[in-house]
Amino acid sequence: MLDLSIIRQQGRFRVDVTLKAGAGVTALFGPSGSGKTSVINMVAGLARPDQGRIVVDGRVLFDRAERIDVPPEHRRLGYVFQDGRLFPHLSVRANLNFGRDRVPPAERKVEFDAVVDVLGIEHLLDRRPALLSGGEKQRVAIGRALLASPRILLMDEPLAALDANRKAEVLPFIGALSKRFGIPILYVSHSMDEVLTLADTLVLMDQGRMAAIGPTEDLLSRPELRPLTGRWEAGSVIRAKVEAHDSQSGMTVLRFAGGSLVMARNHLALGSTVRLRVQASDVAIALDHPGRVSVRNVLPAKVLSVSHGESGLVDVILECGATQLWAQISSAAQADLNLQPGMDVHAMVKALTIARGEVAKTGGN
Amino acid sequence: MFTLTDLELEALYLSLLVSGWAVAGSLPLGIGCAWLLARRDFPGKTLVDGLIHLPLVLPPVVVGYFLLVLMGRRGVIGSALYDWFGISVAFTWKGAAIASAVIAFPLMVRAIRLSLEGVDRGLEQAARTLGCGPFATFFTVTLPLVMPGILTGVILAFARSLSEFGATITFVSNIPGETRTLPIALYALTQVPGEDAAALRLCVISVVVAFAALMASEILSRRVQARLKG
Repeated sequence: MLDLSIIRQQGRFRVDVTLKAGAGVTALFGPSGSGKTSVINMVAGLARPDQGRIVVDGRVLFDRAERIDVPPEHRRLGYVFQDGRLFPHLSVRANLNFGRDRVPPAERKVEFDAVVDVLGIEHLLDRRPALLSGGEKQRVAIGRALLASPRILLMDEPLAALDANRKAEVLPFIGALSKRFGIPILYVSHSMDEVLTLADTLVLMDQGRMAAIGPTEDLLSRPELRPLTGRWEAGSVIRAKVEAHDSQSGMTVLRFAGGSLVMARNHLALGSTVRLRVQASDVAIALDHPGRVSVRNVLPAKVLSVSHGESGLVDVILECGATQLWAQISSAAQADLNLQPGMDVHAMVKALTIARGEVAKTGGN
Repeated sequence: MFTLTDLELEALYLSLLVSGWAVAGSLPLGIGCAWLLARRDFPGKTLVDGLIHLPLVLPPVVVGYFLLVLMGRRGVIGSALYDWFGISVAFTWKGAAIASAVIAFPLMVRAIRLSLEGVDRGLEQAARTLGCGPFATFFTVTLPLVMPGILTGVILAFARSLSEFGATITFVSNIPGETRTLPIALYALTQVPGEDAAALRLCVISVVVAFAALMASEILSRRVQARLKG
């Protein structure tokens, strides 16, 4: 879908990225100033690489060696900017149609009504952008980019300017888009919450370079990448399958590589794959099986590593089958338990949330 | 009581005609210059900027005299115009319109340039990513967004043209029915003893026209602003 290899010198800063992105959502994650926005600006044609090549859907958009540089208006890529950038002099409807009107009818693959429906913006159509809330503006901006029937959708921190409530309002729409319209998304973010909810593939950026690329769960469970993925609430990300709904106990059973977990019954389809998030502070460790406890999820595990982290807490990485589980305990507890790598213990998972589900978006126990 | 005499009607009509054409004729060039100054860097930009603003600080008589030298029948441009196209602007209302346009040009360019500099370039980038070429982007996004500035520029230039005197009388003189606009007619009357009442009437007409233009601009620009804000 997207195949790029670009180098650009910006003052003292050098962006040097080579990556391939396929279907679904590919997230470029990294701190501010790591070159994420530069990358998608170059893909969109708003900035020019010094060297390299950009190919989308087999069409060469930029090739320094062959002197190809397709202007942005002919690249057919949708771009959702951080600040929306709706045209203030046009109604919402005219904004939505701005890109669509410039696509030949035969090449339009996105229906106006479908987009309006998915984004829930029908009641806004006749308003001016100045009268919309931040979340509404971003939804319209997403719709506008989609209606141009892009080959790929570029999103530059589309939620960064929104408060938590507005974020929650827009986030589900983005997740639904890629599937619903079959358009791959390249998503720039410095929020791990967004990445966890949206990204199929994760690209970790560091000082203009690509540090790692791979399936989101894989990268997030690699301890050596923690310095890059860090700065979000410590925790583990687990891919699991919905195995059963038990109406009697009111629980849903989820199977993952390393055992099964239960949580309060939800409406996820049986057999669907979900992404679970377990915060490190929600994992307790017992040397012996705790016996009868209120915690429903007790998993046999092996200690993989123990390290003293920040603010007097001890990070313990546990291994449950093929899955790594991150636990944080107090140093007093460590002094008592004296955990060592290789020890067999029991992990008690007090709470887990669904970071990304096929149907519902939140859950808990 | 206030029926206009033929002389007053003629002067009023000429003033509106001259000012109208002065503004309409120079507007495209004004937008072009404003765009160049706001968006492009080129060698000699400061010089061009200075030249455009010169009429603002020069005595209008100097501008009128330059125009006479350049565009009079025997001027460099004037003679070429006459030889090739058989057009002569000296001592006609067209000449008066040119004089007014030159004098009012800096005001127009300033207002539009200021407004252009305020346009978010990000909106133009957004239009480009939506399949809109640079030319189409200018007309569908940039121009509507600088409309308030264009309106201000047009009104300022129109008002300045209405009050134009020095350059006009130097370039095209005082010819009844051709170049005798309101200010020139008023000046002529003040030179004749015993015409105080007639002069006062012209003063009142000038004030009313100027005031009406200002009011109209205020109402218009408020409407345009309201449209942009939703």
